[in-house]
Amino acid sequence: MDMFSLTPLEWEALHLSLLVSGWAVLGSLPFGIGCAWLLARRDFPGKALFDGIIHLPLVLPPVVVGYFLLVMLGRRGPIGGWLWDWFGVTLAFTWKGAAIASAVVAFPLMVRAIRLSLENVDRGLEQAARTLGCGPLRTFLTVTLPLVAPGLLTGVILGFARSLSEFGATITFVSNIPGETRTLPIALYALTQVPGGDAAALRLCIISVVVAFAALLASEFLSRRVQARMRG
Amino acid sequence: MLDLSIRRQQGDFRVEVDLSAGAGVTALFGRSGSGKSSVINMVAGLYRPDSGRIKVDGKVLFDSNLGIDLAPERRRLGYVFQDARLFPHLSVNGNLTFGMNRVPVHERRIGFDDVVEVLGIGHLLDRRPTKLSGGEKQRVSIGRALLASPRILLMDEPLAALDSQRKAELLPFIGKLARQFATPILYVSHSMDEVLRLSDTLVLMDGGRAAAVGPVEELLSRTDLRPLTGRYEAGAVIRATVAGHDSTYGISRLNFTGGTLVVAKVELPVGTPVRLRIHARDVSIAIDAPPRISMRNVLPAVVKSVRAAEGWLTDVVLDCGGTDIWSQVTAHAQAHLNLVPGMRVNALIKALTIARGDMADRA
Repeated sequence: MDMFSLTPLEWEALHLSLLVSGWAVLGSLPFGIGCAWLLARRDFPGKALFDGIIHLPLVLPPVVVGYFLLVMLGRRGPIGGWLWDWFGVTLAFTWKGAAIASAVVAFPLMVRAIRLSLENVDRGLEQAARTLGCGPLRTFLTVTLPLVAPGLLTGVILGFARSLSEFGATITFVSNIPGETRTLPIALYALTQVPGGDAAALRLCIISVVVAFAALLASEFLSRRVQARMRG
Repeated sequence: MLDLSIRRQQGDFRVEVDLSAGAGVTALFGRSGSGKSSVINMVAGLYRPDSGRIKVDGKVLFDSNLGIDLAPERRRLGYVFQDARLFPHLSVNGNLTFGMNRVPVHERRIGFDDVVEVLGIGHLLDRRPTKLSGGEKQRVSIGRALLASPRILLMDEPLAALDSQRKAELLPFIGKLARQFATPILYVSHSMDEVLRLSDTLVLMDGGRAAAVGPVEELLSRTDLRPLTGRYEAGAVIRATVAGHDSTYGISRLNFTGGTLVVAKVELPVGTPVRLRIHARDVSIAIDAPPRISMRNVLPAVVKSVRAAEGWLTDVVLDCGGTDIWSQVTAHAQAHLNLVPGMRVNALIKALTIARGDMADRA
């Protein structure tokens, strides 16, 4: 075996990791923007509680999050049962469930980054857009969102990186199923549990480092591009 | 064109303004905190009045009795902010067309090329706002507001953030806008120079109220409004017409009802109507016309009123052939001359004291 080509098992784990993390980030992004907007711009009763709930996965052990998801979204759980009865959809022990577990764990990081940059947007520019004939929604899409693009990018990359490294919630909620839920960290963990798996585990470590590093570099490159565009 | 009757309580401060103004430039003048910006923001729909009515160009934008309160985007106004507020993520071109694109094509009455030409911003179209100077930013901002084909252009101290040279460059543009694009302007300012140069109607704001509304010449010539127009600004504003130039000596002659004024040469064609301010402290009074004197303007006048002012000063209003000219003399001079209404005197004015900033082309 050539040192630089990946084994089918490694490909499978890498592919699953990217698929799960990609869907976790893209699927939760609209909600992330919505929550960040609520927290940055609106005052409502129970805001502190809402803020707390969003941040909970950041401070809870991931196993707790995974167990909670299993209870709620498992086929006999209150939400999971309903999904199964009405749509025939199962989340537990599938890659979709892994994506949800990753999304929940990564959500607070994403919301924090977007919220911060929303708070820094000059409201005067939004007022200017309003006087120029844009309603609130169009103002948000054409002025606010482009202005928070750097924060959005940071949020997405942070979320993606957190999803890639997600282990505890995933293994609790969707277990370790080859080809379905065995992402890079889970495959790595499995290899460390069998005798003689050290070399293969090291290879997975290197793959993880390369993917994470590539994500960071891409984010740095994109955020420079965005900054340069603003400066003209 | 503009009918306002609005009330709004802001903490301890109450804004209560009733005014109507015609076409051209209506200037809201007052100290900071006098409520000028609150008024313009209520017209724009960014602040909500507690009660009242706002009507612009026949369209009711706000009426608390009828329950009308149009959102800012539905008012079709152009707002030029003090800090320009250009969108940093768009090019100059993108900024200019931002509002224009929201207006249906058949309702656009102001052409892109015209605006770009008048404001002289054609060479900036591809740039980003961060690469523009303060004056350029403000021009683009004015263009952006105009291209939205607004019912009225709202300008909130658009020149306040610029240095005096940029101000001098931009002032004539703004003066032209109202006429060239047939758009009334509501102009907020605390600079009497700008007001004098631009406004057709002046609104003196004080403590949240419109203390006086009327033509600039009239309001600035009223002694009772002095506390609002400012001590330094004290002076008569008169209408005149450019009558001729004398290049040999670098002077121009202006005709007005009281005779001919000689001033430092102005670059305006003969026949141009102008408005000029003669500061009260620049006008001296002589009972007999002095025979040999450097002052170029010796105008026969009749004393109209004499009033003691604060600080050992005396305010004298002179009737100069139907035009009021103010003079401010020391109490000591008044004791010496003993001026009384009806007395025939001469008003003496140095040609040099009428500077370019005191004169506005009203063509």
